This record gives sequence, C-alpha cells and structure tokens, in this order.
Amino acid sequence: MKKVMIGNHAVAWGVLRSRVEVISAYPITPQTQVVEALSDMVADGTLDARYIKVESEHSAMAACIGGAIAGVRTFTATSAQGLALMHELLHWAGGGRLPIVMANINRAMAPGWTIWADQNDSLSQRDTGWIQLYCETNQEVFDTTVQSFRLAEMVDLPVMLLLDAFYLSHTSEPVDVTEADVVDGFLPRREAEFRIDLEDPRAFGALVRPDSYMEMRWQQQEAMQRAHGVLREVEDEWERLTGRRYGALEEYRTKDADLLLVTSGTITSTARHVVDTRRDAGEAVGLIKVKMFRPFPTEDLRAALAGVERVAVLDRNFSPGHGGIFAEEIRSALYDVSAEDRPTLYGYVLGLGGRDVTPEVVEDVIDRTRRASEPERQDLWVGVEL
Amino acid sequence: MSQTIIRDRIPREELLASGHLACPGCAAPIAMRLVLKALGPQTVVVLPACCWSIIAGPWPQSSLRVPLFHTAFETGGAAASGIKAGLEARGDTKTTVIAWAGDGGTFDIGLQALSGAAERNEDIIYFCYDNEAYMNTGIQRSSATPWGAWTTTTPAEEPESQPKKDIVSIMAAHRIPYIATASVAYPVDLVEKVMKARFIRGTRFFHILAPCPPGWKTGNDETIDLARQAVLTRVFPLMEVEDGARWRFTAEHPGDPVEPYIRRQARFKHLTDDQVAHIQREVDARWQVLETRVEHGT
Repeated sequence: MKKVMIGNHAVAWGVLRSRVEVISAYPITPQTQVVEALSDMVADGTLDARYIKVESEHSAMAACIGGAIAGVRTFTATSAQGLALMHELLHWAGGGRLPIVMANINRAMAPGWTIWADQNDSLSQRDTGWIQLYCETNQEVFDTTVQSFRLAEMVDLPVMLLLDAFYLSHTSEPVDVTEADVVDGFLPRREAEFRIDLEDPRAFGALVRPDSYMEMRWQQQEAMQRAHGVLREVEDEWERLTGRRYGALEEYRTKDADLLLVTSGTITSTARHVVDTRRDAGEAVGLIKVKMFRPFPTEDLRAALAGVERVAVLDRNFSPGHGGIFAEEIRSALYDVSAEDRPTLYGYVLGLGGRDVTPEVVEDVIDRTRRASEPERQDLWVGVEL
Repeated sequence: MSQTIIRDRIPREELLASGHLACPGCAAPIAMRLVLKALGPQTVVVLPACCWSIIAGPWPQSSLRVPLFHTAFETGGAAASGIKAGLEARGDTKTTVIAWAGDGGTFDIGLQALSGAAERNEDIIYFCYDNEAYMNTGIQRSSATPWGAWTTTTPAEEPESQPKKDIVSIMAAHRIPYIATASVAYPVDLVEKVMKARFIRGTRFFHILAPCPPGWKTGNDETIDLARQAVLTRVFPLMEVEDGARWRFTAEHPGDPVEPYIRRQARFKHLTDDQVAHIQREVDARWQVLETRVEHGT
C-alpha cells in the first residue's frame, strides 16, 4: 500500500505495523505528529496498545523501561531537549538490555532556542548503549522502524532511529507501507527471555559489586558486536519480503573514486545529486552513507575507504573542543589502515541548527577538498561568517 | 491489642526473607514485611534508589520473594506505570504493582513522576517509607526532614530551617482514591489499610514513618516505641483520605507532649527549650487543621 506521508507518520505507521503494546511519550517539536498519529490509532482501536501520556520525556523513558521489563514491546519518540532529559534512563535501558525502540527527530540543542535539524542531540547519547540508525528517506524511516524492533529483540539492546527535523519529519514522500500480514511474519510478538514473572520472581538491576560489573558490560559489548551481523540478517529477510535494503553502510558510485564524500541523514540525498552531476561530468567522486553509528561499522568503513586518496566527511554536528563527530570516529577507524592506503581526511562541520546544506554547499566541499593537499585544520567549518 | 488478635489479623506468609541488609533497628524492612503480608505474592515491587536498594541485597541475591525492579531515583511513579501497563497488555490485570520509595525519592527527586502517575490515576500503590533524610547516603537533609533537626548538611549550628513538606496534602490535592499514613508501631492498622487499598483501583498512596537509629541518633531498640510516640504526640497522625476529600483518623491521638519524643532523639539535642516549644506549637497548629478537615470532610 503506497501512501504519501511525512516522516513522522512513517514512524507511526511503522509502530502500528510492529504491534507495539506500550507507548509512552511526551510532546516536543518536531516530534509531535508521531505521538498525535499514535494517539489516534490507539483511540480508534487501530492499534491495541497502552498509551501512557506522561509528564516528561524522563518519565516516558522510565515507563518504557517498565513496559519492557514486563516483557512487552515498547516505543517512544522524542527530540533534542527531550532526549537530553532522558539521558540517565537511556543508560538504564542500555545497561538493562531492554529492547526499547525510540524515534528521535534530530534537532539542534538549545541555547539559543532552535527547532531545526542537526545531530548533536543523538550523538551526545553515543555512550548510553543504544544502537543508532540514521535514515535518509521516509521509506527508510518506515522500514527501519519495523526492523528496529526485530533487531532490538534479537540482541536485547535498545534502538534509536533518527530522522532529520523537518527535512524528513515534516516532508511528504511516497512510502510503501508493508502489509500487516507480511510484517506479522517478519516480526512476531515479543517473547522476552528475561522479564517480570510472578512464577519465577527475580530482582533486576540490583547492586552489583566490582567483581561482576565488568562482565555485564562485556556482555553488552558482545551484544553490540553481534548487532552487525544481526542487522544484515534482518535486512536480508526484509529485502526478501519487500525488495528494499539499506545496509549499515551504503557505497554509492564509489568505483575508482579518488574522492569520497561521507554523509548521514538527509544530507545524503543532496550529496547523491551532486555526485551524479560530477560523475556525469567525468569526475571520479563517490559517496558513502553511514546509517549505523552504534555499533560503529569500523570494518566496513575501512574496507570502503582504504586506498582512496581523499575523504570528505560532512558532519551536521560537532563535539566542542574536538571536531565533527562522524569525522573523528572515521579518523579513528582509519588509524589501523596502512599508511599507503590511508586516505587524507577532511572533516567538514556544516548545517548546524538547520542551516541549509544545498547542492552548492556540497559542491564547495568537493572543490575545497580537491584544492588543499592537506586540510588546514582538523575541523573545517563551512559558511561561518563572523 | 493482644498478641492473639495481631496473629489472627496479620497474614502468616513471609515474602521478606531473612538475611536482608538493613541496619539493626531499621523500620524499613518491618514496613516492607507487613506490606507484603497484606498484598500477598501476586505483587511486583518497583524500587527507586533508597535504603531499600541496599536492603534488598546485591546481585544475584534478593531478600524479596516477589519480582523486584530496581529503577532510577526519580522514576518510581513512571516505572511502576510502565510495568502495570506491560502486565495489562498481556492480560494480567490482577497483579498489584507497587512503588517503594524513601522520602528523598518521594518528597524531592521523585515528586514529578509521582505527581504524573497520580494525576493519570495509574493503577498502582505508591509507598513512601519516610526516615526523614537521605539516610542511605549518610544523613543529608531532605524536604521531609523536620524543623530543627540535625543532619550532615544541616549541622547543629544551622539546623533544618524549614518545616517538613506536607506530602499527604499534596497527594490529596491530586484527588486520588486512597491515601493513608501508617506506622510500624500499629501493624494491624497498617496491614488493614494495605488490604483495603489492594482492592481499590487507581493510584493509592501510603506514607509510613520509618524511624532510623543511625540517622535519628536513637537506640536500635527504640524504633517501635518512637514510631508509637510519634502517633501519640500527633507528630505523625494515622489517617486515611478518600478521593482527596474525606479525611479520617484511624487511631487515638491523645496529644502527649512532644518534648520527650524530641529529647530522646540526639538529632534534636542542640535545641533549646524555646525551640522545642516552637515544635509543640507547630504540631498543635497542624492538628487543628487536620481536625477541621476530619470534621468537615475536606
């Protein structure tokens, strides 16, 4: 069934198809159509779920944690300040190995007040133990929502799916909504191995001494590592059912390229357009889209980037005092590539706070990268006028 | 009340195991033991950070014979809401979900989530065992610490300067179906209130005074006597509030002078006679307010 819908409704349709049992959420721009659509679906009985309309994002995540430990499928959605407020509970979900799925609409952090897109909100939650999947289109948002539950429940880790504020959340695109019976076959009802069970009473999250804590974190790390392969399996099956797959990493027109752009989120679509234009003009430029940020696709990135002369990473985010966050993670991944195969990395910081990243901006990034034999600094800011 | 009557009216089943990690003389495990006796085994305990996070025992042990979920300090009301919703989603409408929090997790950091749960009238029972300070972290003041008390953050030279927050009135303002205060010195009253609350739907709130020997600077063997004296002096009246409107006393409160109750607790030892007299006036004033509410039912 094809429908034209905004990204926020693609999330809601994904939640509907996934037969989520407990939803708890708090409104924040630009997430609101997600919770409004879900409210309608629950109210008219389309979705048989408990919807806990809490007084904060902090309680939204706490309630999802409660639902998840009771053994059911849970969902929430938020953005920016709301995600930051959840921070402590994100650790609780990650460390507690609870397969909660959350849609976060990527929005810049205040102050000053802003509602527009950038990725600093979710990247600030890098170390909370959540799988992070960045989406490019509304179709990908729908597909990723459904896949996220399967992935989360297979590795007992929470999954955060990300979509850019307004560029996806409020932009209409055609979405092929997979039929319910197909999704039901792909994503059966959650059967939790560890849950609250009156017949087998246990304590969850109790005090853990130094002689056991590290083992729990090691198991979390192993689950994260396992997620690489599980995502591939999940995508294999989804592709078989729907014909669509995305990959933790996508290589676009990379063959024989001497310069590769690396993007995530909606900047990817703009970069695709520019790469097409340049390729048509005979220039050997290609594109790597990074979808999965945690666990980080280190091996795939090394394989994709080794031997390329120059790599330009486009970051709609930055770590104050360091640089663009994807750029720095990729720089780290490339350390183990031999010197002769290691590309020169140009890390561009751009598009913060919703500033447009137009084809002209991407063209400029390519030209700057070609002009300079070495980047003049670690973080190359684009379009800053002081 | 004779021992026989107490035995007849309090269930025999023990859902709190021996070997828990409470300090000697702590009221908190006594309260938990009685509450679980009243609720029975079909109960889930949600435990935000508090002394009970330790009392319950470290992984992989538990001193409770019912499922227990440890949660973040400020999330008792919200996490319990989620567990209840999760159980209901799979058709379990019978299990009682309780949040069990200290005064810090209730009066202070958890007040927002508690207010949210109460406003939504979540079908949970929220228990606050109140030892009147952050005892687990080493006796720091909370908004439940009474006026004049020493704590490690309100030293004797500058003791607690604010009156104890009126949590029962705050909860009554949410117009939830049932609120009770309870005492470990009145076990039958406590158990009967919990048994009554168990079969009420919606948010129910219990405020249980929990004397703390290390924090109150009292003897390990004084806990029950102190808890009883708090009732007899009207410092901690035993009450029920239904639908936030109908207030009722559930014990005799003769109004014994507060001075002996205050003077036996070394956390108050710096207080002058005038200051103790001030506490007496505050207790009297509060009692008048409560009596009016009971008479008028509001």
